Amino acid sequence: MTSTTSAPPPPTRRRPAARPVTRSRRGGGPARPLDHGAWFLVLPALIPILLLSVGPLLYGVALAFTDAQAGRTAPTRWIGTLNFSDLTRDTLFQESFGIGLLWAVGVTVPQFALALGLALLLDQELRLRWLARALVIIPWAMPEVVVGIMWRLVYHPDAGVLNETLRDLGLGTGRDWLTGLGTALPAVVLVGVWAGLPQTTVALLAGLQNTPRELHEAAALDGAGAWRRFRAVTWPALRPVALAITALNLIWNLNAFALVYVLTGGGPGGRTRLPALFVYEEAFRYGQFGYAAAMGCVLVAVVSVLLAVFLVGRLTGGDDR
Amino acid sequence: MRTGRAARAGQYLALTGYLVFLTVPFLWLLSLSFKPVRELASLHPTWLPRDPTLANFRQAFEEQPLLRAAGNSLVAAVSTALICVLIATPMAYVLARRRTPLTTAATGWVVVSQAFPFALVIIPLFLLLRNLRLVDSVPGLILVYVVWALPFALWMLVGHVRAIPPELEEAAAVDGAGRVRVLVSVVAPLLAPGLAATALFAFITAWNEFFFALVLLKTPESRTLPVVLTHFIGAEGVADLGPLAAAALVATVPSLVVFAVIQRRITSGIAAGAVRA
Repeated sequence: MTSTTSAPPPPTRRRPAARPVTRSRRGGGPARPLDHGAWFLVLPALIPILLLSVGPLLYGVALAFTDAQAGRTAPTRWIGTLNFSDLTRDTLFQESFGIGLLWAVGVTVPQFALALGLALLLDQELRLRWLARALVIIPWAMPEVVVGIMWRLVYHPDAGVLNETLRDLGLGTGRDWLTGLGTALPAVVLVGVWAGLPQTTVALLAGLQNTPRELHEAAALDGAGAWRRFRAVTWPALRPVALAITALNLIWNLNAFALVYVLTGGGPGGRTRLPALFVYEEAFRYGQFGYAAAMGCVLVAVVSVLLAVFLVGRLTGGDDR
Repeated sequence: MRTGRAARAGQYLALTGYLVFLTVPFLWLLSLSFKPVRELASLHPTWLPRDPTLANFRQAFEEQPLLRAAGNSLVAAVSTALICVLIATPMAYVLARRRTPLTTAATGWVVVSQAFPFALVIIPLFLLLRNLRLVDSVPGLILVYVVWALPFALWMLVGHVRAIPPELEEAAAVDGAGRVRVLVSVVAPLLAPGLAATALFAFITAWNEFFFALVLLKTPESRTLPVVLTHFIGAEGVADLGPLAAAALVATVPSLVVFAVIQRRITSGIAAGAVRA
């Protein structure tokens, strides 16, 4: 692997160097001994982080052990693990959690496959490559709310392009994809796949461009077919990136909110009610802050496991640390 | 490496498939936003509006306080960008130039916090901002956005600082410049393109954000664009399609433009993160 100047060659053609790119130390060892007095430079960012990010996280965990509610006059009390034991009996939440896992896996896995295909294509000398590289960014740049609205228009029973295309092909009539009990979850999963395709593709493309060309050529000279070359050369080099991006995607998708909120609002009948939507409703519609915080904690626990996988992959997978 | 003719054809076919998948939804949005009511109601919608009109845009601005919302979004996004870069730069400088267990931990936190479960954090944030009387105000939202955009901003900036040869700073230090002086007059100018890219990234993050805005903003006067967009979808999920599409397009344009400008830097940032992983 190249020694990282934190910004390795961008996947698109290089622009004339806008900034000096030097070979910096790998991982950025002490370039210049910065004395201890320099620590005050950290404070402007550290204080807001502690107050508005670390603090609320700890506060949230604490809330999970209380009966905090919106607009209550009586003081909030500690109730131990009561919220958590209630959660074990809350079938709606368990259902929501199951949907969340199904959604996260359902988005992440096909997205990975599609992104890998696209990244492999964009790594080739193809004529439309520049166009594809420009357009692949669209889903990424759009606000999630707009992505949701846009796909509502695609799925629309009458004015939607999906149904119209199906009609043209003689396949069925106007279906209401987002309100059908059986179709709602697959329909939102497809949107999730679409929305996250750019990031995954870019990450994999960067991984591909980091694999040594010479190895590829040597393997080709030895008569290895495309599949053999992929298995023996490309994949081993790509694996750490693939593992990391997959873990991150799972986490992001488990935390997903806006897309599905706009597409279905969690309906029909809770079929697409992701955990984050459940927590939101519980806290801000029903005012059950303590109980909702307990749900959030469960989410954090699961995310932490994935995060651990990600970090372990980071530590064991990278040879460029 | 040689690729057979059939394989080449397959590759082009696949690439075309991807392009269709990626662009069709957006083209449809574009098409609907210019269609008059009559065509929107048609049971056999066409790709191109036969009778293109701007009426949807006018109606969108009349139906909801779009202009006000865009103003709020703009204030939130610009403030977030400026504050974020201002406070992230010194920290990024320290993280880039010094390697101690503490900076390693801080960098680790930057990675971890990108995976933050907002569903849990939002409840305490709401209570906290309510106590500070900052709920339902754009400044309160900005506070949240700054912290929320910080991790990736730090990530991007650390990379840009590392690309600056430390020798330049040493020269300045030998000439007797203090730490802050070195940062301001040596590092900052060299960092300018990176600062701009980071600021624009923070801008997009804030411009597009929905979850915090939904929870924290209650009155029409303070709402941002993404929140107001959802008001085009009625309670029953029924929407006036034309104005909905038009409003969505209005909200997207600034984001697309900014993204086009800094695309390469963001992608290389993501790529760096992925590769380093």
